[in-house]
Order: sequence, then structure tokens, then C-alpha cells
Amino acid sequence: MTHPIGLKIRGGTKVYPGTVALKNADFDLRMGAVNVLVGENGAGKSTMMKVIAGVEQLTSGTIYIDDQEVQLTSTEDAVRHGIGIVFQELNLFPNMSVADNIFINREKTRFGVDIDRVKQREETRALMRRLEHDIDPDTLVGDLKVGQQQIVEIAKSLAQNARILILDEPTSALSAAEVEILFRVIDELKRDGVGIVYISHRLEELIRVGDYITVLRDGVITGARSMQGVDIPWIVLNMIGDASKDFPKTIDHPFGAEVFRAEDVYLPNTSGGYSVEGVSLSLQAGEILGIYGLMGAGRTEFVETAMGRYPHARGTFYVDGKPAKSPHVSDRIRMGLAIIPEDRKQDGLVQILSIRENMTLSSLDRLATAGHLDVVREKKTVGDYVRQLMIKIASAENAVSSLSGGNQQKVVIGKALMTKPKVLLMDEPSRGIDIGAKAEVFRVMRQLAAEGLGIIFVTSDLEEVMGLSDRIIVMSNGKVTGEFTKGTATETALIAASAVGHSVSHAQAIQANKEQVL
Amino acid sequence: MTANTVSTVPSGNSNALLLLLKARTFIALILVTVFFTIFAPNFLSAANLVIMSKHVALNAFLAIGMTFVIISGGIDLSVGSIVGLCGMVAGYLVLHGIDLGLGWSIQFNTLEICLMVIVVGIFIGAINAFLITKLNVAPFIATLGTLYVARGAAMLSSDGRTFPNLNGNPEYGSDSFRWIGAGDVLGIPVSIWMLVAVGVLAAYIAMRTPLGRFIYAVGGNERAAGLSGVKVTQVKYFVYMFSGFCGALVGIIISSQLVAAHPATGDTFELNAIAAAVLGGTSMAGGRGKIGGTIIGAFVIGVLSDGLVMMGVSSFWQTVIKGLVIIAAVVIDQAQQRVQARVALQQQAALGQ
Repeated sequence: MTHPIGLKIRGGTKVYPGTVALKNADFDLRMGAVNVLVGENGAGKSTMMKVIAGVEQLTSGTIYIDDQEVQLTSTEDAVRHGIGIVFQELNLFPNMSVADNIFINREKTRFGVDIDRVKQREETRALMRRLEHDIDPDTLVGDLKVGQQQIVEIAKSLAQNARILILDEPTSALSAAEVEILFRVIDELKRDGVGIVYISHRLEELIRVGDYITVLRDGVITGARSMQGVDIPWIVLNMIGDASKDFPKTIDHPFGAEVFRAEDVYLPNTSGGYSVEGVSLSLQAGEILGIYGLMGAGRTEFVETAMGRYPHARGTFYVDGKPAKSPHVSDRIRMGLAIIPEDRKQDGLVQILSIRENMTLSSLDRLATAGHLDVVREKKTVGDYVRQLMIKIASAENAVSSLSGGNQQKVVIGKALMTKPKVLLMDEPSRGIDIGAKAEVFRVMRQLAAEGLGIIFVTSDLEEVMGLSDRIIVMSNGKVTGEFTKGTATETALIAASAVGHSVSHAQAIQANKEQVL
Repeated sequence: MTANTVSTVPSGNSNALLLLLKARTFIALILVTVFFTIFAPNFLSAANLVIMSKHVALNAFLAIGMTFVIISGGIDLSVGSIVGLCGMVAGYLVLHGIDLGLGWSIQFNTLEICLMVIVVGIFIGAINAFLITKLNVAPFIATLGTLYVARGAAMLSSDGRTFPNLNGNPEYGSDSFRWIGAGDVLGIPVSIWMLVAVGVLAAYIAMRTPLGRFIYAVGGNERAAGLSGVKVTQVKYFVYMFSGFCGALVGIIISSQLVAAHPATGDTFELNAIAAAVLGGTSMAGGRGKIGGTIIGAFVIGVLSDGLVMMGVSSFWQTVIKGLVIIAAVVIDQAQQRVQARVALQQQAALGQ
């Protein structure tokens, strides 16, 4: 069975200030098939999808739809050409009904005045029938499960007559059963001739659902073929490449005594299960421990629990053999823990405050005597850290929001280091910063470890975790599913461990399906 | 379009413009003062200045407390009612003391009365903070609730009547109560000295203590502040209790000045306090504001209304003018933010980043 090419990009290049996100990419999107797109964070997948969805424009290169050259200068343009996108973060209004969401900004009206709810409801029901879902058009979207919300998003695209549907990590928040339903919907859409672009990090899932695969690495397409005969090692090889990027050389140093230990950490989540389930681990002084896993594996929740963010979590944390008593963040900081949060904007910085005020926020009690803040000493300390971390700033008094991502990250690192921690918890320390800044952040990590700091760093970047860690722990579904030393860690093994919970539930779901058929 | 034309302006001009915008409240104060000096007779006489500063002080106290609350990302609508209730408590204590029943009652001297009233004000602030932090009520709603409760309690305390003749009793040492509102030290009214003390204290807290920095951080980004080890709950307790403290002071001063306590005193004072804070450059979104700016803001509002009265402008027009001034202040504030961000970005760009 051949699939016609519905959309193609030729020579697509997208340049952002400082980085080239997409280099001379040739991409074919086949109709009535699932076109899988895979690559590491920052490889250019989202850039390519944004270009197709009209959010971003190519710097050079052309897009053809049905062999006609088109200019997609806005999302409206893309919608007119039948392109729909379901973003990883759903763009729905939880306070409005399913029907209202589906017809947002394209309300069915009588004489252009009042909204024709009856008609909207009917069409919504028809869409839901097509997607084999029994969702009442009047339900509030906020009351739906995440999987159902995703269906609503898909229905929204279909309501706009989407012929091309882009799904960005659609399964990251879904349970195994919901994934099966989504896959059935995808099959259905394929039969209707819809061209689907499917982005995911879960390689087994890709192999199962995909018909064609395109692998991206550093903005370059490194492999594109039909899915027949593709296996995980092939994908990994194309994702990572043969030659590893330069990571700073290990500074050989002996590890010290155990500096941090977590015992039986449980963090209940809202749906009755656990985000972190029975995690225990230990860390030596001077050691870099990488925690690898997919998004939602519970890695972030684990480090945040260690930091005392969730008072309702269970488990014990020890720093230098002493157990943490109070669950409050400030006491954890006093014990010697410090965190570099995953989301710089939300959790790391107070954007409105100056660079100086941000850097000293966690260590003001060191700079104050009897409640009096020594501003002269504060300025001097900030200056020292700015030099040491090589942060490029015009003035420490400027708002931190004026800095680039890399420099902002260094301010967050400075803030953590100022508390004189024994253990540094770094959550995706290289997210959203350019390659040069990445290298510097890694250099700083190495140097700190050599000085005897224990570092736990969380990442979903395989290369990073392999290149930087002295030891690697893999998490999946809130549990530790693998532990590797430098010697035993291989990419394939890490990926396998990171999918443990998922592949089991997959297998079960497939089994259940088969039984139904029988 | 605007961005294009503006970016061609050399950064020297931007810096001068920024300085001008930053000093805008002060410039406004000078302008209104000069204006009334010319058009209102006796405006600059010493007697008038004393009366005017007494008026301003009342609003300035509340505005200082309000500034901390707003910087922390909240709002305190209850201060006006706290003024009323605290005035009634003060009046009751001066007149009756605490009745233990059986014909016995304890009488207090002025200092004791003031301390007890202040405790009442701080307690209401603590209730606000409790509702906001522990019960997760939005600050607007929580303080709207206490606004009504405190006002109702003030009315109930006297069945809506006034406590008259708060002259105190020399036997109990409460005759000095009148001195708070009427007395002066070195020719300057006591309430102004109190304002100076509270103003300096608040400015010191804001600029030179970790607590002050935490207030800004909580208002700027509560999540990040929490993850940086800031005890967000404690910070919120502080700001609402401090606001209650300021309300109590104003309650004491007004009842002393009038030698009477009326339960409707302080009605809508909270709005004037918010206006002064906003006029002084405090951002309603939280994280930004200065005590000095707020005090100048309070003076602009005070000078404006007293000067207009002296010029014989109708009070209806005064209200309109006050509203226009506040709107203008916020519009200019937005402009300042844009210029400030641009200057910072230009400096950063000059580094070749």
C-alpha cells in the first residue's frame, strides 16, 4: 500500500539568534500513515512542527502541500491548509464545555449573533462518534481525564477539517489503557486518509504505531525510512550518532564518605497512585549521580521531595548521616541541600527582582546579622560568584529577566552555591540553554564534584547522562528501574530500563486486546 | 512602530528619561505644591502645612502597611474597618476600662490602652493572614470579609453611637490620651513624629533586612521564593499583621484628635491607601514598590485634596481629579517599566551577548 505525500519540506533551515535549529531538512509527510518523528531534546523536532503549524517561519527552504508551494505565515494559514496540531501542553479551557472548546473562535452562530448551541452539540457528538468516544458535549473540560482532553483536542483539529494532524508527545500523560484507545483513534484516522505526525520519546511505542520514521539530531535529519525493519538500536544510533560530543574530562578524584541518602521515598499523587514510589538511593561526596528517565517518570518529584517541597511525602533523607526532621525547604537548605529547579522561570527565579537579589535569596541569613542586611558584603559576594561562574552581566542591579537563558541558569546555580551546599540537586540543568552555555554548566558541575560536592542531576538526554555521570539511576513510573555504573551503562540498556513500567503495561494492554478479539 | 522609533534614541537619552520617570511622583508633588502656592492663598503658611500634614499622615500610615501587602502580592481591604474598630476599642477603654462585673472594673493608662488597641489591630491582621495562608482564601475576598466583620463589630460595640468626651482621667493616667492627636514635640505634631518613626522602620525593613527581601520575592514569584527557602506563610503573616498595626495606630490617632470615637470612622480609607501606594509606584501585580514612593504618593493625594478645598473647588470635582491622577500615574508607570527593561537589555546587548 502506498501513501501519497501530502506535505513536504525541501531544504528547510531555521535559524534562531545564536543557534541553527533546523539545517537543510528534507521531510516528507505521507497521508493515511503515521509519520514518526524522533530525536533528543533540542534536536529540532518541535521547530519542524512549529514550521508546519505556521507558528514559526523557515529562514530558508520551501514547504509544498500537494506539490503546491505554500507560505504558512500564521496558524490560521496552516488551519486553512488543513493542518492541525495537538501540543504536549493542551490548549484547552478547563472552565468551558467540550463543545465550547471545540468551536472556540469559530462558534456556530445564528445570524452572526447568538451561539447555536444545539448545532454545536450535534457536531460535537458526531465528532465524538467518529473518535469512538462517549464524551458529553456539555461536560466541562476540566472534569475530563487527561486522555479524554486529548481526544477533545484532536476533535478540535478534526472540526477544522484537518487533513494533517500533528501529535506532540500525546502519550506522555496517558495511562496504558488510554494509550490503547488513542492508538485505535489513530488507526481510524489513518483509514480516513489523515496524515499523522507523531512525536514521542518512547521508542517502543514509535515502532508499534509508526509507518514511517524520521530521526533528527542537532537540527539535521539523520535517518528517514519506512518503519519496516526498524529496531531500537537503529533509532538510538541515528539519534545519538557515533561520535559523542565533547564532555569535560573526568577529573579523577576519590569519592568521599556518603553525603546523602534517601530511604523509601513515597510521594502520593492526586489520582491515588504514587509519583515517587519507594525510591532509595545514596550519594558519596564528589560523586555525580545521573537520574535518567522519561518525562513524568517521577524524577523531578523525587528531587523536589528531597528539597522539602511536598510536606505530605513519606520517606527519610539523610545529609552527612543526619536525618532531616522538618519538611520545610529552609531547613533542608540549612542541612546542606540545594536545588536547581527544572523550570527556571516558574521555580528558579523571581523575574522582577535584580540579579543580585535573586542570587542571594537563599542565603540572606548568612549576609545578615541580627536582622540587618549587610548590602556592601552582599554586593561583594555576588560579584565573586559572578566572576567565578563567568556570568555575563552588565550590572548586578538589572532585572534578571534581561539575561539570556544560559546566564539565567548560572544565576540559579550561583544562588544554590551561595548556600554552601554539600549536595546539589540539578533538575535538567541544560534545558533551554545554548550549546556553549551547556558546556560551561557541565564544566562547573565537574569542577564542583572535584571539590567534593555530591551532585544528583536529572536529565532525559541520554548523551548527557552517559557523558557526565559517575553512576546512573533510571526511573520509570515513579520507581527505580535500573542502576548502572560507568562500565555497565549502555544506551540501549538505559532506554530499556526507562520504559520498564510502560512496556509491561503495554504488553498487558495488548494481551487484553487479544483476549477481547478472541 | 513605537519600538522602532524609540530604539533609535541613544541610550544616554534613555537613561535620562528613566531617571525622570523614576522621580515622577516627586516631580508631581513639587508641581502640585507650586501650583497651589500660586493659586491658593495661605497655602504655604506654617499653620496650613501642619494641618495638611496631619491629614496626610493618617493616609500615609495605612498606605505604608498597604504597600507591604501589595508588594507581597496581596491586598488588604480591611484597614479602613480596622481603623474604625480600633478607634472604638480605644474609646471604650478610655471611658470604661475593662468591666469585670460585680461593680469592679480595671482602668488603664494611655500607654496600656494604646498597646491593647494595637494588639487588636495586629490580631485582625493575623486573622486575614490565617484565612489567606491556611484556608487558601484569595486576599481580596478574605479581607473583604474582615472589612464587613470588623465594621459590624465596631457598630455593635456601641450600638452605632459615638463614644464622646475621651478626655481620660488623670487618676488612671489616661488623660494624656488627647496628647497623641493634639500635642506636639518641637512644634511638630505627635502624629507626624509617629509617621516618621513608622516610615523609617518600614523603609528599613524593606531595604535592609532579609524579611523585606522576602516580601518582594514572595510577591514576585511565590513558587520560586518557596523553593529558595523563603517561609512564605510567615512572610504573609507579617505583612497583614503590619497592616493591621498601621490601622490600629490610625484608629488611636483619629479618636484622640476628635476626642471621640465613631464606629463609621475609616470608611473607604483602604481605597485612599491603595491609591497612595499605586501613585508611589507600587505594582498591583506584586514584587515592586517603595515605602518612600508611597509616602510621597500619600502627600500628592493629600496636597491635592487640601489645596483644591482651599481654592474652593467643589468636592465632586476633587473626586474626579483624584481619579484622573491615579490613572495617569499607572499609565506613566507602565512607560517606566518599558524604558527600564529596554535600558537593561541594551546594557546586556552591549556585552555582545
